[in-house]
Amino acid sequence: MKRLRAWMVRLAGVFFSRRREQEMADEMESHLQLHIADNLRAGMTPDEARRQALLRLGGLEQTKQIYRERGTVPALEALGHDVRFAFRQLRRNPGFAFTAAIVLALGISASTAIFSAVDPILFRPLPYPDPSRVMMLWEERNDGSREAVCFGTFHGLQERSQSFQAVAVMKPWQPTMIGRGEPERFEGQRVSADYFRVLGVEPVLGRGFDAADDQHNGPNVVVLSDTLWRRRFAGDRAILGRQITLDDNLYSVIGVMPKSFENVLEPAAQLWAPLQYDPSLPADGREWGHHLQMIGRLASRVSRNAAGNELGVILHSLGQIYAKGFDSSGGVSRGMLVNPLQKDIARDVRPALLAILGAVVLVLLIACVNVTSLILARGARRRSEFAVRAALGANRMRLVQQLLTESLLLAAIGGLIGILLANGGVRLLVGLSPAALPRVDAIRIDNLVLLFALAITTLVGLVVGLMPALHASHSDPHTSLQQNSRTTAGSQQMTRRTLVVSEVAIALVLLISAGLLLRSIQRLFAIPPGFDPSHLLTMQVQEYGHRFDKDADRARFYEQALQAVRQLPGVVDVAFTSQLPLSGDFDSYGVEFAAHPGDLSSEGFRYAVDPSYFAVMKVPLLHGRLLTESDRAGAPVAVLLSESYARRMFGRQDPVGQRIRIGPDYGHPDKPWANVVGVVGDVKQLSLGLSDSQAFYTTPTQWHWVDNVQSLVVRTRGDAAAMAPAIRRAIWSVDKDQPIVRVATMENLVAASEAQRHFALVLFEAFALVGLILAATGIYGVLSGNVAERTREIGVRAALGASPANILRLILRQGMTLAALGIAIGLLGAIAASRALLTLLFGVSPLDPLTYAGVVAVLAAVAAIACWIPARRAAQVDPAITLRAE
Amino acid sequence: MGEKTDVWQGTLALMVLKTLQTMGPLHGYGIARRIEQTSGNLLSLNYGTLYPALLKLEQEGSIASEWGTSDNNRKAKFYKLTRAGRKQLENEARDWEQAAAIVARFLSPAGEQA
Repeated sequence: MKRLRAWMVRLAGVFFSRRREQEMADEMESHLQLHIADNLRAGMTPDEARRQALLRLGGLEQTKQIYRERGTVPALEALGHDVRFAFRQLRRNPGFAFTAAIVLALGISASTAIFSAVDPILFRPLPYPDPSRVMMLWEERNDGSREAVCFGTFHGLQERSQSFQAVAVMKPWQPTMIGRGEPERFEGQRVSADYFRVLGVEPVLGRGFDAADDQHNGPNVVVLSDTLWRRRFAGDRAILGRQITLDDNLYSVIGVMPKSFENVLEPAAQLWAPLQYDPSLPADGREWGHHLQMIGRLASRVSRNAAGNELGVILHSLGQIYAKGFDSSGGVSRGMLVNPLQKDIARDVRPALLAILGAVVLVLLIACVNVTSLILARGARRRSEFAVRAALGANRMRLVQQLLTESLLLAAIGGLIGILLANGGVRLLVGLSPAALPRVDAIRIDNLVLLFALAITTLVGLVVGLMPALHASHSDPHTSLQQNSRTTAGSQQMTRRTLVVSEVAIALVLLISAGLLLRSIQRLFAIPPGFDPSHLLTMQVQEYGHRFDKDADRARFYEQALQAVRQLPGVVDVAFTSQLPLSGDFDSYGVEFAAHPGDLSSEGFRYAVDPSYFAVMKVPLLHGRLLTESDRAGAPVAVLLSESYARRMFGRQDPVGQRIRIGPDYGHPDKPWANVVGVVGDVKQLSLGLSDSQAFYTTPTQWHWVDNVQSLVVRTRGDAAAMAPAIRRAIWSVDKDQPIVRVATMENLVAASEAQRHFALVLFEAFALVGLILAATGIYGVLSGNVAERTREIGVRAALGASPANILRLILRQGMTLAALGIAIGLLGAIAASRALLTLLFGVSPLDPLTYAGVVAVLAAVAAIACWIPARRAAQVDPAITLRAE
Repeated sequence: MGEKTDVWQGTLALMVLKTLQTMGPLHGYGIARRIEQTSGNLLSLNYGTLYPALLKLEQEGSIASEWGTSDNNRKAKFYKLTRAGRKQLENEARDWEQAAAIVARFLSPAGEQA
């Protein structure tokens, strides 16, 4: 207690140093006067009296110093001095301060921005109560791949499983609302009753779904997001119970979700309605398709493994109950995969994010090395200052403390600029990010990110300052004072060279990683997609309302829209398709081949397309004939197969004339066969990198239904994007209530299909460029410092007959040795790093010789330029002038 | 003069407190002289060490200071005991006496036999 009080007084003392100093001086003076008066009385001379008094006090200044140290906290007092001194030092050297602060700011801002993106996706728990218990569930196929759940699986598991508090399934739902303006199509979800309960979030207004809502032919009810409620309904609390029209049906609003609700499974979702599937699993219903995403909240004290095992057992018993199988893929899955939701949603972006995180650490490292080198160089010039301080009694710790204060101050300035830059960086990052990036809304500079930036800044300040500080404090004041300040200490040169070597090595790792990614992207985009993406505009058109309930009416609308668009000037040709390549569409159905009796394992992408589709996309006909207008309802069903599908199923046999059953007919012997009439080229559906080219084509009227959402592809004469407004108007001239969404040129779709690799590539390119520049300036800095210090030696060499060319070579060799050493070490690092990149690479070996050679050449060239400038300066040294200057 | 003992660590505070209790408010020089006199001039007090000790006691709240005028009309800073200081003096004096008594018993012949 007493101690504490004393400390408080001392801490306060830090702020009142001037007043205390005065009082102390007064007290000492009064003490001396009293003592002197006594001594005089004892008969001493005035001089002797004063001398004795001072002696007994033990030296006036020493006493004052002890007194001072007791009066305040010396370390803190010193800190204040150091900070003020550091500021003066930096101000005196603005060029150095500016360069160092900017370099650090770059490193800190890049790592802060990346951290802000990586943290919510990979590390920060999802914004739900007890988030670690929320699981994503998949069916596990016999080949180990994962597959979406079908309703039979979900229903069976929900009834029987004890491992979960609640389970739910969901699927995308895109209802349309028409109003005064253009029709608006919303993103939404159809969910089973317990969806919100699994996530642990309740509506802020009204209620969520219960079992009574989620029944086959149940009531039309809907829950709104906070955003939609405020935007379309002005945040009116009386919305509950009101009816809104979606897809021409009336829905009662029963709830509004809280503003804070982050729907990580479908971030764009604005409204939710119950799934209302039929648990009796009617033979030809949608209940059979594997198209549902399933989540569950683990019951307490049930482990993930135990839950998975239990589900697997239930799944097998389900297979026995429904002897004929209960889903469209024929057999029961091997088991169920139970993955933590957070891991699951980040699955696809995890490799890219981790690689980027690694790269940004390298950038930060290279920035630190660069600034360390700068501080060292400056330290060389300040050596006599340190020597004077040491001679005046500053101990080693004190010097280290002062230098660390300087570097910390530097880092603080860099950190401040860095945080400001990071703010822009985060926005840039989100703009660049692939559409599949989860939790984009949670990416921002918040307190945690600021804390991270602060920690990084402190760390950087210490790292950057420690080595120079130890160096400076290490030097012997005696020799330092004697020596001319221009001469170098050997150990310090050594350190700076080591730093340059490591800079080059890190830059090489970054450059090679970027190079490998660049080559992968080039390889990918060199793959022909199977169609010609130039001058192609695409958009999704949906018919809306009960007036299109009949297939014939639906078909008529699409036919009229086609005619309207075809007549536009600038349009070459136009077609509708049920799914669009490389757009994220995924629509595949089983196919049964008469040539392979009993084999029900085959499936292909289904395209219901207008006969003009192949001309519009420029998909080549390889064999047989294309689809024609006469392939319509009532006529025998004509099917085209993709090249690899035909080859895989028929080998060298002629595919034309082969009989197959497609989609709902597959596996049903009572249904008629369809005929293969031709073979067309392969088209990439999911990604350029996947060889997923099993596809079959029919006309829309020969498929079992007319799709109510179709994609329009338009080949234009000029700029495709510019045609979008005219095409939209043409479609709306047929019917103004039809929503048109996802307008994009085919070229953009192709680019977006590789968004993740592209995202990684852009960042790596930027980081590698920064690394290259920093490494080059590092080499330049060391060499030019070295040349400046050796001017005299070079002068002597020149006077003794060394030609400028000799000197040029001497300096160049010195610099290039460092670069070569850095490159050698960097190559080892790059080999290790490229392993980590493996999942992001495509068609390129992680040891691709071309990339390695190219990068080494680039780095060597840049290093040569960085060496050339100081070397030339050395070669131009005039011996007469330098020698006279000594 | 060479026979003088240095002030033992930790006892200076006790001496200062006792001096202030006996003498009332006193300036630093006065305290120093009084300690020397009380010890029968056997203690050699480095006056320089007295002031940090006074500052420490003041920071801990055992004494308080005030500027005033000395007997011969000089300006000086006077220290006086606070209530906390009085209590501290009592405690430390008792502790000291106890310690001294214990040591004394060890050193006496009777103590050796026991």
